[in-house]
Amino acid sequence: MTILAQRPKSLLDVPMHYCPGCGHGIVHRLMAETFDELDIAQRIIGVAPVGCAVFADSYFACDMVQGAHGRGPAIATGIKRSKPGAIVFSYQGDGDLASIGMAEIVHAAVRSENITVIFINNAIYGMTGGQMAPTTLVGQVATTAPKGRDPKLQGWPINMCEMLAQITGSKYLARVAVDSAQNVMKAKQAIKKAFENQVNGVGFSMVEVISQCPTNWGATPMQALEFVRTKMIPQYPLGVFKDEGAK
Amino acid sequence: MYQGIRIAGFGGQGVVSAGILLAQAGVEGKKNASWLPSYGPEMRGGTANCSVVISDGEVYTPIVAAPDTVIVMNEPSLPKFEPLIKKGGLLIVNSSLINSRPTRTDIKSVCVPCNEIAEKIGMDRIATLVAIGAFCKLTGAVSVESVVHAMKKVYKRAKPEMLELNKKALDAGFEAVK
Amino acid sequence: MTEKTLRKGNEALAEGAIRAGCRFFAGYPITPQNEVPEYMSAHMADAGGAFVQAESEVAAINMVYGAASTGTRSMTSSSSPGVSLKQEGITYLASADLPCLIVNVMRGGPGLGSISGAQGDYFQATRGGGNGDYHIIVLAPNSVEELGNFPKMAFELAEKYRMPCMILADGILGQMMESMSFHFDPVDPNTLGKFDWAVDINKNGRKKNNVFSYKGDNLIADVVERAKRYGYIEKTEPRFESRQTEDCDVLLVAYGLSSRACMEAVVKGREEGLKVGLFRPITLWPFPSQALRDAAKNAKAVVCVEQSLGQLVQDVKLSLNGAKPVYLNAYPAGGQPDGGTILPAVKSALNGGTEGLFDLQRHAEGFSYECKRDTSLGIQGDWKGGK
Repeated sequence: MTILAQRPKSLLDVPMHYCPGCGHGIVHRLMAETFDELDIAQRIIGVAPVGCAVFADSYFACDMVQGAHGRGPAIATGIKRSKPGAIVFSYQGDGDLASIGMAEIVHAAVRSENITVIFINNAIYGMTGGQMAPTTLVGQVATTAPKGRDPKLQGWPINMCEMLAQITGSKYLARVAVDSAQNVMKAKQAIKKAFENQVNGVGFSMVEVISQCPTNWGATPMQALEFVRTKMIPQYPLGVFKDEGAK
Repeated sequence: MYQGIRIAGFGGQGVVSAGILLAQAGVEGKKNASWLPSYGPEMRGGTANCSVVISDGEVYTPIVAAPDTVIVMNEPSLPKFEPLIKKGGLLIVNSSLINSRPTRTDIKSVCVPCNEIAEKIGMDRIATLVAIGAFCKLTGAVSVESVVHAMKKVYKRAKPEMLELNKKALDAGFEAVK
Repeated sequence: MTEKTLRKGNEALAEGAIRAGCRFFAGYPITPQNEVPEYMSAHMADAGGAFVQAESEVAAINMVYGAASTGTRSMTSSSSPGVSLKQEGITYLASADLPCLIVNVMRGGPGLGSISGAQGDYFQATRGGGNGDYHIIVLAPNSVEELGNFPKMAFELAEKYRMPCMILADGILGQMMESMSFHFDPVDPNTLGKFDWAVDINKNGRKKNNVFSYKGDNLIADVVERAKRYGYIEKTEPRFESRQTEDCDVLLVAYGLSSRACMEAVVKGREEGLKVGLFRPITLWPFPSQALRDAAKNAKAVVCVEQSLGQLVQDVKLSLNGAKPVYLNAYPAGGQPDGGTILPAVKSALNGGTEGLFDLQRHAEGFSYECKRDTSLGIQGDWKGGK
C-alpha cells in the first residue's frame, strides 16, 4: 500500500480553530510540508502574530514565540541574530505587517535579515471582527468602513510585494493565492523557495498569500474563493516580484 | 585631600579634555577621581566647562557646585565662576586673555599669562596645559609626573613631539607660580 | 577585581554588560546614552555577539524579546522618551517571563524634555509603564563603578526570576567619567547551561517550547501564580545602603546621583553638628521598605531628595506608613542637588521651616488658572481662517 497523503510531521495532530473556508490552515500545511521536505524541522523557530494566527504555536511542532502586533520581523531578527543556525519565520497578517508593523517589515528587508516572512493578505482584520485593513479593496465594506473603502477618506490598498521590491535588501518576493489546487501548488513552491533561501543564506524572503476570509467578508467559502479570483487578484496580481536568490 | 575643580573657557581651548587629563592624573596618583562635562546645546560655541573631583577618599557628587579651585581661560568665564568658589579657595586666571581682575578677597587669586607662555614654547593651543601646570604647583593635588603619565592615556593618538611640547607647557606653568 | 581605571559611565555600563555575558544588543540613538550603542557596535562582534541598530525603540525592545526567548543574555538601552516607546515590549517580556536587561539613562521630561540628567522616570520604572499587573526589577546605581558592575547582577536576577531587569541611571552618571574597577571575571556565556523554557534548535527530543504572551483563559491563573514570585522577591531581594543612620535626627532618602549629593550633605551636616544620615535604595523595586523602617527608627524627620517632583517620596511614605514626618527636597526636570542645597531642607525639617521643602499645595497656594477660547481670534469652524 502506498501512502498518497498524510499529515506532515511538522504539523501537530490537533484540531485547528480557524473558520471553515479560511486560508490559514492551508498555508500552515504548506509550511509544515516544506519543513519536512527540506529536513529543517529541528532548526525551525517560528514567530506567531497577534491576530487570527495567534494560536499558530499550537499547530506547528517547532518551538515558537508569540509577540506583539506588527513586531514579528523585529522578534525574528533577535532570534536569528542570537541563534544564526536557526531557520526563523515570521507569520503575519495584513494589519500586522502592512499597518502597525510597517517599520519593522521595511527595515527587516533593508537589513536583508536572513529570515522568511509569510504574509497572509485577506484584506480585512479578522480576529478583531472585520475592520478595514491597509489592504482592504476600494469599495469593500468593513466594520470601520461601513460605506465601503473610499480613497478620498481612507486612501488606496497597499501592495507590499511591489513596495518591498524597491528595497535592495529584499531578495525574494512572491505573491501567491490558495484559492485552487493549482494555485496551492504554486504557493507551495514559493514557500519552499523562501525557506530554501534562508538555508542558503540568501537574505530577506517574503511570500504574500492572498487568502480568503469568508467570515468577515460575509461570504460562503465558495463565494470567498470567487472574491479572491474576481476582486483580490486584479488588485494584487500573482507572481514573483523579485528573485535574487536564483542560482 | 578633596579637590573640587571647575575649568572653563571657550570651545577649542581644550578645557574639557584638560579636565579628563586632571582626573586621569588623579587615578595615576592612586586617588579617586571624577569628571563631568557640561554637555548639550551649551557645548556648541560659547563657553565650555567641566567639573573634576580628585579625592584621597570617596568622591561625593561629581557636580562641583562650590569648587575648591577654578581655572578660567577666557573673559566670560571669570564673572560666571568666580562667585562659586568656596571661601579660602583658589582661582587661576589666564591673564593673557582676561583683562578683568578677580574682585573677591576671601579667595586666593593667581594670574598666569598662559597664552604668552604657550606661544614662547611654540604653540598657542596648549595654553590650558600651562594652567594645569600652575594648578599642580598651587594645590599639590596631583603631580606633574602624574599628568605626564595621564597624557599618554588621554591623548592616545598624539605624536611624541606633541607630548613633549605638552610636558614643556606643564613645566612652564609649574615654574610660573610661587 | 580589575585595576582602577577612569571610564565614562555609559562605556563602563556597556563593557560591564559584555563582561557579564550579554551577547545581544539592540538600540536606537538618543542622548544622553549614545555611548552605550556606540560601544556595543565596536565591541559586541569581537565578543561573539550581535549588535543591531534598530529602526525604532519599539523594534529594539522586540528584538530583545526575540533574542531573550532563545536564552541569550540580551539588552537594550535608551533614555526617557525612548523608554516610553519600549513599554509595549516590556509588558510583553514580563508576560512571557523573559529575562533581559533594559537600561534607562534618564533625561528631563515630560515629552522631549531636555537632555539634562534627571530622575523623572521613577514611577514609569517601578509602577510598570506598560499595561497589566506586572513588575520588573529596578536597580539604581550611583557611581560609574556600580554602572559597570550592576549588569551582571541584573542578568542574574533577571534569569533567576525570569523577568526583565532595569538599570535606572541618569544623564550625569552616563556622561561622567570616574575611577572604577570591575569586581568580577568576564562570563563566557557559551559555558552557561540552557534554559528548559527557551526556544532553540536541536531539541534533542525535549518537548516543544512556546514563548507567548497571550494567555486567554489561563490569564488569571498565570498572573496570580507570577505574583507569588513577586512576593518572594520583595522578601528576599531588596538591596540598599545605609550611612550613619544609627544616631541620625534627619534621615535623607535618595537613590542614584541624588544620593551622591546626600553623601556630601551628611559629611557637611555633621561638621555643622547636624545629625544627618542617608538611606539609599539600590533596588527601587523591590523597594527596601523594612530596611528603611529600621534606618528611620531614631530619626525625627525623613527628607526625600529626588530629581523629580515627588515620586520616590511616595514609596518612602508607603514604607513608613505615617510613623515619621516625610518631607520632599525636589529637583525636577534636570535640576541638580548638591550638599549646599540639601542642608537647608534638613534644617527646615528639624525646625518646622519651609526652605528647601517642596509641598505641592503650598506651591500652588493662591494660584488660579483658566485657559479660554477667544472668538476674536476667529471661530474653530471657520476653516477658511480669519474673519
